[in-house]
Amino acid sequence: MTEQQVLSVLVEDKPGVLARISSLFARRGFNIHSLAVGPTAEPGLSRMTIVVEAPKLEQVKKQLHKLVNVVKITELDDRSSIEREIMLVRVRATAKQRSEVLQLATVFKGTPVDVGVDSITFMVTGTPTKLNDLLELIRPFGLMDLVKSGRIAMRREPKARKLRAVG
Amino acid sequence: MITGAEVLIKALEYQEVDTAFGIPGGAILPAYDPLLDAGFRHILARHEQGAGHMAEGYAWATGKVGVAIATSGPGATNLVTPLADALMDSVPMVAITGQVPTYAVGNDAFQEAHTTGITMPATKHNYFVTHVEEIAQTIAEAFHLASTGRPGPVLVDIPKDVLNDRVRWRDPEPVALPGYKPTVSPHPRRIREAIRLIENAERPILYVGGGIIKAEAGTALTAFTDLTNMPVITTLMGRGAVSDHHPNVLGMPGMHGLYAATTAIQKADLLVAIGVRFDDRVTGDPDAFAPFAKVIHADIDPAEIGKVRVPEVPIVGDARLILEALIEVWADKPRPKLEKWWTTIKNWQERYPLHFDQQPDGTLKPQYVISRLRDQAHPEAVLVSGVGQHQMWASQYWRFDHPRQWINSGGLGTMGFAVPAAIGAKAGKPDHQVIAVDGDGCFQMTFQELITAAYEQIPIKVALFNNAAHGMVRQWQRLFYNERFSGSDLGRQLPDYPKLAESLGCAGLQATRAEDVDDVVSTMLSIDDRPVVAEFVVDRDEMVFPMVPAGGSNDIVLNGPEDL
Repeated sequence: MTEQQVLSVLVEDKPGVLARISSLFARRGFNIHSLAVGPTAEPGLSRMTIVVEAPKLEQVKKQLHKLVNVVKITELDDRSSIEREIMLVRVRATAKQRSEVLQLATVFKGTPVDVGVDSITFMVTGTPTKLNDLLELIRPFGLMDLVKSGRIAMRREPKARKLRAVG
Repeated sequence: MITGAEVLIKALEYQEVDTAFGIPGGAILPAYDPLLDAGFRHILARHEQGAGHMAEGYAWATGKVGVAIATSGPGATNLVTPLADALMDSVPMVAITGQVPTYAVGNDAFQEAHTTGITMPATKHNYFVTHVEEIAQTIAEAFHLASTGRPGPVLVDIPKDVLNDRVRWRDPEPVALPGYKPTVSPHPRRIREAIRLIENAERPILYVGGGIIKAEAGTALTAFTDLTNMPVITTLMGRGAVSDHHPNVLGMPGMHGLYAATTAIQKADLLVAIGVRFDDRVTGDPDAFAPFAKVIHADIDPAEIGKVRVPEVPIVGDARLILEALIEVWADKPRPKLEKWWTTIKNWQERYPLHFDQQPDGTLKPQYVISRLRDQAHPEAVLVSGVGQHQMWASQYWRFDHPRQWINSGGLGTMGFAVPAAIGAKAGKPDHQVIAVDGDGCFQMTFQELITAAYEQIPIKVALFNNAAHGMVRQWQRLFYNERFSGSDLGRQLPDYPKLAESLGCAGLQATRAEDVDDVVSTMLSIDDRPVVAEFVVDRDEMVFPMVPAGGSNDIVLNGPEDL
């Protein structure tokens, strides 16, 4: 499997920006692992955190830069940046198993958000590694449903190395 | 207060548009009313694809932005081919499309298509205008994007109600796009690195393409060629970048390139690549391409650098500024003799020239027709080509003196390009002789635009190579499909081209024998009061050589049928 790379992409908040980016990825044969979009502190600009699996990351960045609505691209790695993800997970848990599942979730700072007759749903936030570790542990109980937000990431230091806008 | 439609026309005038090509329809109707009083010419095409290629031909010939106008739905979708063509060949173009009224958008209204969605991957950028206040600024941005950086097509989609809304005219503000800042000035360190490689090279090659034409860098390139004595190889897109009469020019490389050009790249120790993108028709198998060469790659588009070949020296910038910087740093270094290199190259040129065999009473050879046409045409003539065998022969045999004398569909390979593009070129350069070289397969795709040419009094000349086949397809079927000519036979008798031409309002001529060619060519060139179609009935089995089979190594060039 190709290694995952995290791109933090500052874009103009204009209609169709997401379509432009996904169309570009489709056309150039780049694979998106996850994509999260949201507003930034600056009005008119949105931040996309894109996790890509692309052997030619340089090409991905250059092609993204060519999109008129893309303002800045920063490549993030897990050492110099903070990465988080949120996950909602529904696990099979009969009354008998409930406390065991809850205990496991607590270790991972999971919060129960819904409890049913034979299931329990909780929310967990954390690094992708932490979420995956938890998933492995609770999988034996029976995974009924799973939603992940996609990764969001931010550079640790404000004086970040900036990629020169080349588009 | 004026209408959005009036704003649109005024915004086009503000951009100093002198010609637009289009077809009206429901959604764009409001714009066609003020168009009647516009300060520029509107040329009514017969098909939106024609309007699009006319805008391209205009842009190729003049260097200015070509403008195409169409209505919503089918009008817009018919523009997709020219847009994709313009994107591939970096042709500056602005397309304006009408859209169904805002309240109807998304309801599958009559003649509704998601134009911005459909054209997203076929444009450099596109716009959907939602408010009448945005029209003037959007048009200004569209022209800016189309004509700067790496040029390309930009589409502006405007709903009918926005065209009907009223607003006060305000001059557009200077364009400021936060995500669009093309690098035009090259980095001085890169320039010095490049010069160091060039002075130390023993077998250098200047490999230049469309970027030279787009950047108006021909003069600088010629000067740099004279200083460095490097052999110059002009790609299909870069033909005319340096005059073909210049002794250093080896011509076109690649799949149907001249042997000396293709081989010189293979043996070079340095490629100075400017405004080229290492296209597969040039490189053949990229892993076997120029195996001994270090590469300096200069381009306005950073994404082209390293896309196919990782260069030793990357230079991002405008080709003219790069060449001027190279010239400045080169200063008064002595002119390299490169004697051994030139001896080797001259030897290739002598041993493997282009060749064909025209028997006086034999079937007419297309290369013979092209040669005779070249010799009689005006030296400043603009040559426009379709796509296929005739295109390759035209590029191989013509001698271009300047940039913008050669217009064709290079990257997308759009059959049917020649006739409308020639009309656009002639509209942009009415004082130039404009000759379209076309094949019968291409011609049959867009010849209805000759009605446009006749009606609008745009006297282009069409040299029609009739081999009654999709010639390049036939060539491949002969070489790679056991001569099973599937779907490539067009029929010798249909249509009667001279009669067809006459019925379209053009003069119609025909030559079937070698001895007729000169007369037909001179008649064709002398008719200036209407378009002319001269049909040359040529040998359908003639093949384009040299040839490097697709994906093969450029080390193996077939020079003629004798090499098969």
